[in-house]
Amino acid sequence: MTRKLSMSGAINEAMKLAMRKDENVILMGEDVAGGAQVDHLQDEDAWGGVLGVTKGLVQEFGRERILDTPITEAGYMGAAMAAASTGLRPIAELMFNDFIGSCLDEVLNQGAKFRYMFGGKAQVPVTIRTMHGAGFRAAAQHSQSLYALFTAIPGVKVVVPSTPYEAKGLLLAAIEDNDPVIFFEDKTLYNMTGDVPEGYYTIPIGKADIKREGSDVTVVAIGKQVHTALEAAEQLSQKGIEIEVVDPRSLSPLDEEAILSSVEKTNRLIVIDEANPRCSIATDIAALVADKGFDHLDAPIKRITAPHTPVPFSPALEDIYLPKAERVVKVVSELLGTPLEV
Amino acid sequence: MKALESNKDVALTKEKAQWMYQKMVEIRNFEDRVHELFAKGILPGFVHLYAGEEAVAVGVCAHLNDKDSITSTHRGHGHCIAKGCDLDGMMAEIYGKVTGLCKGKGGSMHIADFDKGMLGANGIVGGGFPLACGSALTAKYKKTDNVSVCFFGDGAQNHGTFHEGINLAAIWKLPVVFVAENNGYAEATPFSYASSCKSIVDRAIAYNIPGIKVDGKDILAVYQAAEEAVLRARRGEGPTLIECVTYRNYGHFEGDAQTYKGDQEKAEHKQEKDAILLFRKHLLNEQLLAENEVVAIEKSVEAAVDQAVKFSEESPYPNASELLTDVYVSY
Ligand SMILES: Cc1ncc(C[n+]2csc(CCOP(=O)(O)OP(=O)(O)O)c2C)c(N)n1
Ligand SMILES: [Mg+2]
Repeated sequence: MTRKLSMSGAINEAMKLAMRKDENVILMGEDVAGGAQVDHLQDEDAWGGVLGVTKGLVQEFGRERILDTPITEAGYMGAAMAAASTGLRPIAELMFNDFIGSCLDEVLNQGAKFRYMFGGKAQVPVTIRTMHGAGFRAAAQHSQSLYALFTAIPGVKVVVPSTPYEAKGLLLAAIEDNDPVIFFEDKTLYNMTGDVPEGYYTIPIGKADIKREGSDVTVVAIGKQVHTALEAAEQLSQKGIEIEVVDPRSLSPLDEEAILSSVEKTNRLIVIDEANPRCSIATDIAALVADKGFDHLDAPIKRITAPHTPVPFSPALEDIYLPKAERVVKVVSELLGTPLEV
Repeated sequence: MKALESNKDVALTKEKAQWMYQKMVEIRNFEDRVHELFAKGILPGFVHLYAGEEAVAVGVCAHLNDKDSITSTHRGHGHCIAKGCDLDGMMAEIYGKVTGLCKGKGGSMHIADFDKGMLGANGIVGGGFPLACGSALTAKYKKTDNVSVCFFGDGAQNHGTFHEGINLAAIWKLPVVFVAENNGYAEATPFSYASSCKSIVDRAIAYNIPGIKVDGKDILAVYQAAEEAVLRARRGEGPTLIECVTYRNYGHFEGDAQTYKGDQEKAEHKQEKDAILLFRKHLLNEQLLAENEVVAIEKSVEAAVDQAVKFSEESPYPNASELLTDVYVSY
């Protein structure tokens, strides 16, 4: 049975199912329950996460498994890494991905390295859930999309879901995975609803999904930008142009095969990524196709990204910071050499 | 902790008393207005209000000049006002208008005014400790007698940067005053749960620096403790830790249902424990200000906040070209 569920509801449900299935799964983070040791709350949560994504978990699983932490990201993130390598399967919530500055070592030099550096003796089945994304008027330190930073680190997997269905299946796969997985949640997608099956299911990490088939241009889009691409696809379709929208879903590992075979079909590539352009996923995918798919290309590869600036606060600036469907339509038209107005 | 009554020995000039009362009322009024505007959906983003904690920022900043610097937090409006930031520019910043103190690019969590020694509100908890060490290092190196004040919350003291910052300031004898605003909660988590120490000030012992805990609702107690700490820093004797016990009247951010708070605490902090009411009473009892003078301050502040809102409403948003300025390169 499927029913409509919001993105945050799907993520919440995935955590509940994982915790019911495996008692070694625990959740830790700042105010994932809230109200710790407040007399009138006991096993009620005060918040259930800053935007309510973990609401209700403490009621079902208790404060032994739903751990509110002090504001001590290095402390609990490091603890999660070693708890994972000694028998637990923690979900560690980093409220905003921007806060990785406070605990990068625990991922970069600790968790990510254990398995390889110790000659395969350690496993680190930890999932880091974290919010990213601009468009929330949350300004420079709460709006970044830092998935490229983690994709650059061998030993961690990176997942960026774009729909509630995928969020649930990919999160369950992340929790089952024996490597550290960073799971990115776009805060502006939490209220988006979609069809989500009941019950436990996983979506394999490392498999892209073709969100819309087309033969004219391949558009690879990350996270929320999948929806920008789909919006552009609608507009273009009315002009007789069919773009193929590829959602990698996981950035590490990356489904190179899916991207290359789409470009083989369309001979053109655009990547939409709301992160900054330098050393980004957009740049990485462009390099991949230039390297391994050059013979298929009939036009230059185009990247549609944020500018190389921090995220501005003012709504007037943040609105133009993010990629827009109109821009995608324009770039597609340029690539195909078709005039904008038909 | 001393009660307000025992602080009658704190000698304030009339001018100072007037300034302090005005700044406290400015903060309260400004925050109440932001609260209303946010509830109406007029203001974008996250806002964290300082109402209830006025005595801390004002009692400390009363000893500072424009060349002294402060580092702030996500709950920064009160620090900005106490340090002399312009209300129009602050409000416009919160609106995201180009006339804001950061041209609308920063917003509520990032208001800064370097001319006033306000080094920025900060969206990263714990961000301020090392920054305060840095501005203090500049003062020490250049032999100005300026000081840096680091305002931080009870939640921030559990962050690693607290320990690194205080230790650094201590061994380098930097002119920093670390001011804890212990309002009992970090978001929805009580201080008593998150901290292994019963008092933040206990941690001063570990770093071998002076520490003092005061009633942060009593502006005279804050004023007195800060005076000593600021003078000590100016004399080159190093950092001090001051813990101010206080309370935030609103939620963590606007929209917080505050289920973790008790009804009684909420009520008493708005009445008998309210720092502004207490100070007002003190001013009148001690005849530092007359009733009509106090009322005149309250009226003028209300007008100033009205003006800040009007100014912000009438100001334009930044031009699109602003997106690509103030950064060394744009791709
Ligand atoms: C490094 C980091 N971790 C977490 C947060 C999210 N956060 C913002 S404010 C806050 C609570 C801060 O509590 P406290 O220091 O007591 O200050 P108060 O809000 O009470 O003034 C948290 C957890 C953050 N902004 N930065
Ligand atoms: Mg606090």
